[in-house]
Amino acid sequence: MLITNLTILVLAGFVGYAVISKIPNTLHTPLMSGTNAIHGIVLLGGLIVIALSGNGVFNKVLLVIAIAFGTINIVGGFLVTDRMLEMFKRKPQRPKDGEEE
Amino acid sequence: MTTVATSFIHNLNFLHVLYIVAFALFIYGMTGLTGPRTAVRGNRIAAVGMAIAIVATLLLPGEREWLLIVIGIVIGTLVGVPAARKVRMTAMPQMVALFNGVGGGAVFLIAWAEFRRTGGYAHLATYVVVFSLFAAIVGSISFWGSNIAFGKLQELIPGRPITLGKSQQLVNLLLLAGAVLLAGLVAGGSHSEAEFIGMLVLAAILGNAVVLPIGGADMPVVISMLNAFTGLSAAATGVALNNPALIVAGMIVGASGTILTNLMAVAMNRSIPAIVAGGFGGTGVVEGASGAGAYATTVRSVSAADVAIQLAYARLVIVVPGYGMAVAQAQHAVAELAKALQKRGVEVRYAVHPVAGRMPGHMNVLLAEADVPYDQLKDMDDINPEFSRADVALVIGANDVTNPAAKTNPASPIYGMPILDVENAHQVVVIKRSMNPGFAGIENELYFRPNTAMLFGDAKGAVSDITGELSDI
Repeated sequence: MLITNLTILVLAGFVGYAVISKIPNTLHTPLMSGTNAIHGIVLLGGLIVIALSGNGVFNKVLLVIAIAFGTINIVGGFLVTDRMLEMFKRKPQRPKDGEEE
Repeated sequence: MTTVATSFIHNLNFLHVLYIVAFALFIYGMTGLTGPRTAVRGNRIAAVGMAIAIVATLLLPGEREWLLIVIGIVIGTLVGVPAARKVRMTAMPQMVALFNGVGGGAVFLIAWAEFRRTGGYAHLATYVVVFSLFAAIVGSISFWGSNIAFGKLQELIPGRPITLGKSQQLVNLLLLAGAVLLAGLVAGGSHSEAEFIGMLVLAAILGNAVVLPIGGADMPVVISMLNAFTGLSAAATGVALNNPALIVAGMIVGASGTILTNLMAVAMNRSIPAIVAGGFGGTGVVEGASGAGAYATTVRSVSAADVAIQLAYARLVIVVPGYGMAVAQAQHAVAELAKALQKRGVEVRYAVHPVAGRMPGHMNVLLAEADVPYDQLKDMDDINPEFSRADVALVIGANDVTNPAAKTNPASPIYGMPILDVENAHQVVVIKRSMNPGFAGIENELYFRPNTAMLFGDAKGAVSDITGELSDI
């Protein structure tokens, strides 16, 4: 299990590096808020651990907070990134009249 | 027959396939971010991947705490949606810092719960314990460090470096060593919650100690670094919980944060350890507006009307925005001016230094908000050769990234930092509130050059004045 996980870890690191390297400077702020959304995946950790046995009341409180935190990341991250990227996409093209795209 | 269907849905292989679909969508979505046209779709694809990953996890056999899950998700949604809808683009660095922190917080809380649930990691494989402890430490550092970064950016705490001086590095090292030592004891089978909490606390103090000494202009590096930390801690959680989706997503974020941290450090010509060790020249910054008088004999001050005339008869104007533009919320005023100039047939370009502002890409987002077309935003390497054919370089709230001393004066603290070749333009107009040195506390030679003129004032007001004067020409 450890070896499988490490394999995934290392390969994902290289894939991530290759993909992210191609993203232009201009889009680095949306990239950061987008990755904020993606690390919201820790929500899954909360969902998995809360399903296991042996959680007392205090643990459940910790995990509900963790689930809430993960949700904030996912929902907030994707929404704010979408808002930002829409601004980059829309093209006023007023200055050069008559010339579209 | 329903039993066949349900057993299929809860089949672990099926759920793993869903995870594979999910992380494939993350990666595919991220490739969309390489261009502004595909980026919106890419982000939405990644969001679909996330939804699939969540559904797959909820289908795992044994899930039963539905009420608690709903409570957590509802709270998170109620906080996250309004925050994302309302945040102003100038406040994006704070928002990202806070989101980094929240992610790190979730990571260390999960590790803590896992520790408690298993009676202090009893009967777990050693690697699970090690990765869980790593996640706890790094998550705690990221949570506290990000909160401090948020506080600084939001100006709840002073933005200047708060430091212990030379002993800072030693203290940080001791904190880290202490946290690792306690983690070692826990991993060795002590089952002691006091030691686990002690480890979290030391990591928390370390998070504070690392970010407090960092000054405003170094924020792009710190935010990127904390982003990487949160990603790596999420990946470690994935290893501890045997969850491939968590591992892949965490590593993507870790890679992204690492790349950005490097880019920012290179753009400042500083090593990451040097930045983490504390701000440079932070105490040398002179406060107050008195500086303007001392240099008034050598700098040339101009009026908005003079600048308007220069701009009106230029062929190419390059706008150089900096943090001052963000502070003054001047991006719309700048875009207005550019539009007015373009109507007159003047070509306008924006020169964006990688570390302009408080986070990677900060200026680009502000200008995009003000409807500046994407193709007018130029990276440093693309725009630098253009300055020599520019009639006017209009510097708005940028300072250190335009200082020619970085190229000419080996004694300067910023020597070697790649800068925008603003001084090559025929005329340089600098809009600045006063003659105060920038973050680095260094005099900017640019202001004393014969082809440089200073327009003193708040960025927004000064730019609007120029636009006003322009309409009278």
